[in-house]
Amino acid sequence: MLRKKECVAMLLAGGQGSRLYALTNNIAKPAVAFGAKYRIIDFPLSNCVNSGIDTVGVLTQYEPLELNEYIGNGQPWDLDRAFGGVHILSPYQAKKKQSWFEGTANAIYQNMSFMKKYNPDYILILSGDHIYKMNYAEMLRAHKATGADCTIAAIEVPLKEASRFGILNTREDGSIYEFEEKPKQPKSNLASMGIYIFTAEKLFKYLEEDDANPSSSKDFGKDVLPAMLNAGEKMFSYRFRGYWKDVGTISSLWESNMDLLGEDPAFDVGDSDWKIHSRNPLAPPEHIGDGAQVSNSMVALGCEVDGTVIHSVLASNVVVEEGAVVEDSVIMAGTVVKKGAKVRYSIIDENVVVEEGAVVGEPKEAGNGIAVLGRNITVAGTVAGGKIIDKDYKGE
Amino acid sequence: MAHSAVGVIFSNIHDDNLPELSRHRTMASVPFGGRYRLIDFTLSNIVNSGITTVGIVTKNNYQSLIDHLGSGKDWDLARKDGGIILLPPYSNETDAPYTTRLEALMGITGFLNRRNEDYVVITDCDGIARVDLQEILRFHEEKQADITMVYHEETEAAQSSYYITLQPDETGRIKGLKINPKLKKEKYNLYVNIMVMSREFLINTIQDAVTRGLSSFGRDILAKNVDTLRIFGYKFNGYYATISSLQNYYSHSMELLSREVRDELFGARDVYTKIRDSAPSKYAAGAVVKNALVSDGCVIEGTVENSILFRGVKVEKGSVVKNSIIMQDTVIGANVDLDCVITDKNVVIRDGRHLAGCEALPYFVGKGRML
Repeated sequence: MLRKKECVAMLLAGGQGSRLYALTNNIAKPAVAFGAKYRIIDFPLSNCVNSGIDTVGVLTQYEPLELNEYIGNGQPWDLDRAFGGVHILSPYQAKKKQSWFEGTANAIYQNMSFMKKYNPDYILILSGDHIYKMNYAEMLRAHKATGADCTIAAIEVPLKEASRFGILNTREDGSIYEFEEKPKQPKSNLASMGIYIFTAEKLFKYLEEDDANPSSSKDFGKDVLPAMLNAGEKMFSYRFRGYWKDVGTISSLWESNMDLLGEDPAFDVGDSDWKIHSRNPLAPPEHIGDGAQVSNSMVALGCEVDGTVIHSVLASNVVVEEGAVVEDSVIMAGTVVKKGAKVRYSIIDENVVVEEGAVVGEPKEAGNGIAVLGRNITVAGTVAGGKIIDKDYKGE
Repeated sequence: MAHSAVGVIFSNIHDDNLPELSRHRTMASVPFGGRYRLIDFTLSNIVNSGITTVGIVTKNNYQSLIDHLGSGKDWDLARKDGGIILLPPYSNETDAPYTTRLEALMGITGFLNRRNEDYVVITDCDGIARVDLQEILRFHEEKQADITMVYHEETEAAQSSYYITLQPDETGRIKGLKINPKLKKEKYNLYVNIMVMSREFLINTIQDAVTRGLSSFGRDILAKNVDTLRIFGYKFNGYYATISSLQNYYSHSMELLSREVRDELFGARDVYTKIRDSAPSKYAAGAVVKNALVSDGCVIEGTVENSILFRGVKVEKGSVVKNSIIMQDTVIGANVDLDCVITDKNVVIRDGRHLAGCEALPYFVGKGRML
C-alpha cells in the first residue's frame, strides 16, 4: 500500500516582520518570543499537532538560523516522526534555476515535491504570525462537507479595520463570490485569516499555472485565490469565532501579551485540553523575593524578582532587582532590570541589561507609545516612550 | 579527555527513610524543589559529567519512575548506545528479589559485563548536590584507588536508618569505616552514597562475593577490607543535602529559598527534568508573594510566603500559605490557612480549612487526599 498523509500542512515562516522593528533585526517573525515562554510559531505548530496533523513543512527565508535551531527535530511538538514530522524548507539551488521564494504561492510551488512525497488529499496553508488556538481538523471536515476546492478560514473584524485584511464576500451558505485584498471600501467585515485548505490536486494545478504566468506576483491572496475564483472553482469560507491576533506590529504584539493576563483572560494558554507545546527553558522555579510585589502578571521559570512587577509578562530567567519597577511591559528571556530602574509600557527583547536607575518608556497614559529595546544591549539613562533602541545606549 | 564510565543508580535503596513520600513511589521519584524528582539531581550530575550510560536499579513501586523517565530524552539520555537502562529485579520462582545492595549488584552483572566503559559510578538518589563526577574519576585514578567513596562533613546527627562514616588519613586513604556509629554533636564525615571503582574491579568483587556467599556491600566488602583494599575518600566541599527523613526533606527544601543554595545547584549547570509543557505561572491582581519558589503552571490569587509551589498549583483568593511545600496540581481553595504543611500531589484543600504543623513536624497530607 502506498504510504500517504491525508493532510500536509505548509507553514509560511519566511516573513521579515519589518513592522516589529528591532525585535526582528536578526530573527524571523515566527521566532519572536510571546507569552513568557512561547514563540509565535508554537501556536500554529501546536494547533497542527492537536488537530492530528503530523506532517508540517516550515518555509523559511528571512534570518532562518534561530528559527531552524528552535524547531530542531520537532521533538518538543512531538513532530519527530519516522514518516512525516516537521521539516524546515529553505530556498535551494536547483539544476535549472535558483531563486528565493518570490511570494507566498511561489514558496509553496517550489516545495511541490515535498508535498507530493506524502501523496496528500489536502494541503493546509498556514502563516507563522498569528496567535490563536484552532482545530484544523474541524475546518478540514467542513472542507470535505461542502465539497470545496478551497476553504478559507475567516473571522469578523471591526469594519474600520477591514481594509487591512483580505476580505471575503460570501453567500449565505458560506461560499465565496468575491475576494478583495485590502479593499479601500470593504463590503463586509469577514477577513481572511491566511489559513487555507486546498484539495491537493487543485492547488498543484493552480500553482503550476501561476508559475507559468509572468504577470503574477505569485501571492496567494493577490493571484492564486482570485484565479481560482475566476475559473469558477468552489471556494468556501470557514467561520472562526475564537481569539485570533495578528502580532505583526509592536502594539498588537504588546496587546496580545496583555490578553493573557487577568482573571478571565481574553486568551488562555493554560488550557490543558489544547496545550501549547514549546521548547522549554531549562530553569529552576522562579523565585519571588521578600521585598517583591508581583501582581496581575505572568512570570516564567528561572526569574528572580526582588522588585515590583505589575501587569507584565516576564519570560524565563529575567531578573528584576530590588527597587526596580516593571509595569505594563513585556520582558523577554534573560533580561536584567537593575536596582531602581523603571520600565513602563515597553517591550524588551532577550538578554538586555537595563542599568541601575535607568528609565525605560513612559506610562501608557502619556500617549507616547511603546518603548522597544532590541536584544543583547545595555541601556542606561532615559528612553522616552515610543522609542526603538537596538544598540547600547547611555541616554541622551 | 573524559574518563569513560557507566552510572548505576539505586532508585529504592532508602525508601524506608521517607515512608510518607515513598509509599507510592521510589525514593528516586520523590518530588523536590518545585519541579524536580530526587533522581533529576543525580541524573543531571551524571549527564553533565559526560556519562551517557546509566543503569537504574529498581525494586518496587517503580511505575512513577518509569513514567518520569520515559525514553530518557529530557536528560539527553535517549541514546542508540547506552542511555537510560532500567534494571528491574532479576529473580525466578525460587529466588526472592534482592534485599541488599550487594544482591542487587549481583543481579546486574549481565549489564556490567555487556558494557565497555572503564569505570562505574554507583550512586543513590537521596542527595541534592552539584557534583562533578569527572573530578572524582580523576581523583580515583590519581590515587590508584580500588574504591573511592565520596563524603561530606556533617554536624547534624544522621537521620538515616543506615549510614556510613569515614576516617581518612592525610592522603585521603580510608583508615576507619563505621556503619551506623553513635554520633555525638561533633563533625563527622558522612559517606554520601556515591562510589567509584573500575568496572573490572566491581565485576570481580561481585563474583567473589557470590562464591563466598556474602550479602552486605558495606559490612562484608567495605568495612572488612579497609586495611587491604585501597579505599579512598573524596571530600565534597560544596552544598550537599541528604534526604533521610520527612523533617530534613522539609528543611532542605526550605534551603532552596536561599539564593546561595540556588546559585550553587542551578547556577553553573542545568538540572534536567521531565518536560510537562505547562503554561507560565499567573499572579493575580490581588496576589501577595514573598520569598517563594514558584514552578510553572501555577495560578496564585492569595498570599504565599516562605513556600515552595510545584507545577500546576492553585491558590485561591483569601488563602494564606506559609512555610509550606505544595506539590504538583494541588488545589487550595478560598480562605485556607496553611502553615508548615507538605501536601503531596493532587491534593484538594477545601475552602476555609486551617492546617498547621511545625518545622520539626510538618503536617503531611498524602497524595490525592481531599480535605
